[in-house]
Amino acid sequence: MAVCIAVIAKENYPLYIRSIPAEHELKFHYTVHTSLDVVDEKVSAMGKALVDQRELYLGLLYPTEDYKVYGYVTNSKVKFVMVVDSSNTALRDNEIRSMFRKLHNSYTDVMCNPFYNPGDRIHSRAFDNMVTSMMVQVC
Amino acid sequence: MEQGPAAAAGTAGAVGAAASASAPAAAAAAAAGSSLSGASAGYCPVPLPLSDSEQQCYSELFARCCCASATSSSSSSSSSSSSSSFVHPQPPSEVGRGAPIPGPAVTAGASQVGDLFRASQLPAETLHQITELCGAKRVGYFGPTQFYVALKLIAAAQSGLPVRIESIKCELPLPRFMALKNDSEIRYSNPADLHGLKCQIPYVTMEKNSFKRMDDGEKQETMSPTMSPISSPPSSPSNYQRVPLTYGYGKLRSGMDQMHAAPYEARQVALQQEGPTAGSHGSKPPRLQASLIRSLSVEREPQESNNNYPDDPWRITEEQREYYINQFKSLQPDLSSFISGSLAKNFFTKSKLTIPELSYIWELSDVDCDGALTLPEFCAAFHLIVARKNGYPLPESLPQTLQPDYLQTAFLKPKRDCALFDSYSESSMTVNQQPRDLNRIEKTSMKEKAELTAPAQEANIDDKQALKISSVDEAMPKDLSVDPATPKDLNTLRARPRSRSYSNTSLEEAMKRVEEPPTPPPRPQKSHSRASSLDLNKVFQANAPAAKPGLLPPPPALPPRPFVSQISHHNTNNDSISQPKPPGQPPGYGDFRLPEQTEQVSEIELHPQLTRTPSQTEESGSPVKKDLPHTQPPSKPIRRKFRPENQVMENQEPSVSGTSSVPTSKPHAPVQKQSSKQKKAIQTAIRKNKEANAVLARLNSELQQQLKEVHQERIALENQLEQLRPVTVL
Repeated sequence: MAVCIAVIAKENYPLYIRSIPAEHELKFHYTVHTSLDVVDEKVSAMGKALVDQRELYLGLLYPTEDYKVYGYVTNSKVKFVMVVDSSNTALRDNEIRSMFRKLHNSYTDVMCNPFYNPGDRIHSRAFDNMVTSMMVQVC
Repeated sequence: MEQGPAAAAGTAGAVGAAASASAPAAAAAAAAGSSLSGASAGYCPVPLPLSDSEQQCYSELFARCCCASATSSSSSSSSSSSSSSFVHPQPPSEVGRGAPIPGPAVTAGASQVGDLFRASQLPAETLHQITELCGAKRVGYFGPTQFYVALKLIAAAQSGLPVRIESIKCELPLPRFMALKNDSEIRYSNPADLHGLKCQIPYVTMEKNSFKRMDDGEKQETMSPTMSPISSPPSSPSNYQRVPLTYGYGKLRSGMDQMHAAPYEARQVALQQEGPTAGSHGSKPPRLQASLIRSLSVEREPQESNNNYPDDPWRITEEQREYYINQFKSLQPDLSSFISGSLAKNFFTKSKLTIPELSYIWELSDVDCDGALTLPEFCAAFHLIVARKNGYPLPESLPQTLQPDYLQTAFLKPKRDCALFDSYSESSMTVNQQPRDLNRIEKTSMKEKAELTAPAQEANIDDKQALKISSVDEAMPKDLSVDPATPKDLNTLRARPRSRSYSNTSLEEAMKRVEEPPTPPPRPQKSHSRASSLDLNKVFQANAPAAKPGLLPPPPALPPRPFVSQISHHNTNNDSISQPKPPGQPPGYGDFRLPEQTEQVSEIELHPQLTRTPSQTEESGSPVKKDLPHTQPPSKPIRRKFRPENQVMENQEPSVSGTSSVPTSKPHAPVQKQSSKQKKAIQTAIRKNKEANAVLARLNSELQQQLKEVHQERIALENQLEQLRPVTVL
């Protein structure tokens, strides 16, 4: 189950970060932050040839004993990072992909709002609801 | 429990009341009610005023929830015998108008109540709150009192009011329940078993015309109430909406042998097909029913527009719609196209709402999330802004009356026929589908009915929808005819009541208030909007740089005429000229100065034209005007402008003979214009420099003051330092 979902801007600062069990919030923030290195590594490794060839879904960034971290990069270098609890073994890759796709769609909806300045924190309620549904449903 | 003796008393009172007039009944009611009031006081201390319609509806709902066994007789009797044979479980003061309430011995089945509440489409926490507030949890069951209070609270919650006991004191629309049909279909598969929500029937009587037909289908309508409820929370009273649904559903059940007014029924029937077929599946029905209800509501709207929704903040009135459409046109002349995000952002930012709020409003109104606003989306957004400015809290989700397809149908209201199948737009069909052929609708509905009996899967629903869509598509060759008509309609709608836009609905005024920052209210324009088109052009040029797209051309014909008449008076009365102008000045003072200068020139041009004959009065007038500017230079630039004009004119006038030679005045006018323009430019420059000087001087003095203070502080600090230093040196 997704315990933490974060949207990171191109400059590597968080646009949106939310985690479910409140007590581990700091830990997840740290995890997401450290995972950015891995994301950059993957992006630079893959993206040498052409940006088109680079897939948006990065897959498992790295696992720890408690959880796994998945990454997804958009073409505008906005990164989505998802921390998933390892105890939920039923989560397959496809499901993670679909979750990222939903995230991406919601993110584009947020961007469509002319009152949203790219680079601001995301306060959209629709986006919140979508993230909540993802975090709760998978629970 | 206390309810026991009260129940006994209640039933006894019921018997007694049945036989006697209302006074003994009231006494018995009081006796029973007082004991019950003691019990009820704990949890429901607030009187529960119920209107007649609410009373009937609630009693029906209650009966329905209680009626697992054959209480149909009691429910029907309860509906029929409205006045007598019931005891008020509540104290007499609590009852609104001798409303009948079943005796306290009757309690609603918890599961049915739960289903009903869930069908109200409120979030679970709200429902918990409501059950707690109404006291059912405390007493452990849903008695009539609790049930009615709960229904009232549901209505309040759906209207967007907070869930509190106080909310139920006010007049509320009826609570709406969605997808009750599911339960009824499952439980009451047999039409004979269906005890209707006969609350539909009283509302039938409230309807104007077609309700006489309804009487026939009453029996069958019993099933239909389940369809009636509507999903989205804030909406106007739904009675009228329920009726058409019930009627249509009834028709379906009866095999559609009753054909009355063709389009009306056809719509309902067709809509009903969709309802029942989708009924057994949770997710689809809400959308379909919402769409059904929306379309029916739109259809009903022409009939109901006069007497309903006075207090529904989410419904757009005609005048508001006109105003919104005009604003849309000012931004985007093509009504069927859309406004880009940046344009809309600039426009809405002028409403002075905060950016997060505007962002949220955008999120609500841009349903297709394309970063642009179509006309209905724009109207919804505008309406939300207006409501927010008036203090209404923003809703959690877009109200049904502001949904784009609803608004789209509302725009097409004059074509009543087209209102119907717009609901299908929800199922990805284009808007403005109109079934013209009743037979085809019948056919599809028959198909639907046949499929009803078979257990339907979600896929089936889609198939049916597709079938229906295709059949409806066939049925609609005349669809396109509506589309070209609609812009014309809008045009006529817009043009016709243009003068009405200054009417006095509170929201109108609020809208005008809202628009104050973006657009100065048109009224002051009247002072400038003279007969001369030249003025209008200059006004527009002034406005465009000021980025006030909302500024519409002043009403074309009407205002100039009175003003023109005023002009003729001006000659006789000097002050009258200056007076209309200065009031018009302050709102757009800064903006209109320059154009006004030229305007005044043109006005002066007109002056000689109009006042050629009484030229002497003008001469006498102009010296007076000359004096005024001298005394009040900054605030009355117009007058000052008059001065040079008049001076120049005066110079010219003596040279001109008394004959009203308009052509001769004209050659003078351009020459005067240029020189006066230069003079005016110099004067304005001088004035601006003076003001700047004043401002800078003030600033200078303030800075000097600060400098002095800082100096003093420095001196004090240095003294302290000296005092301390000898100590450290040592």
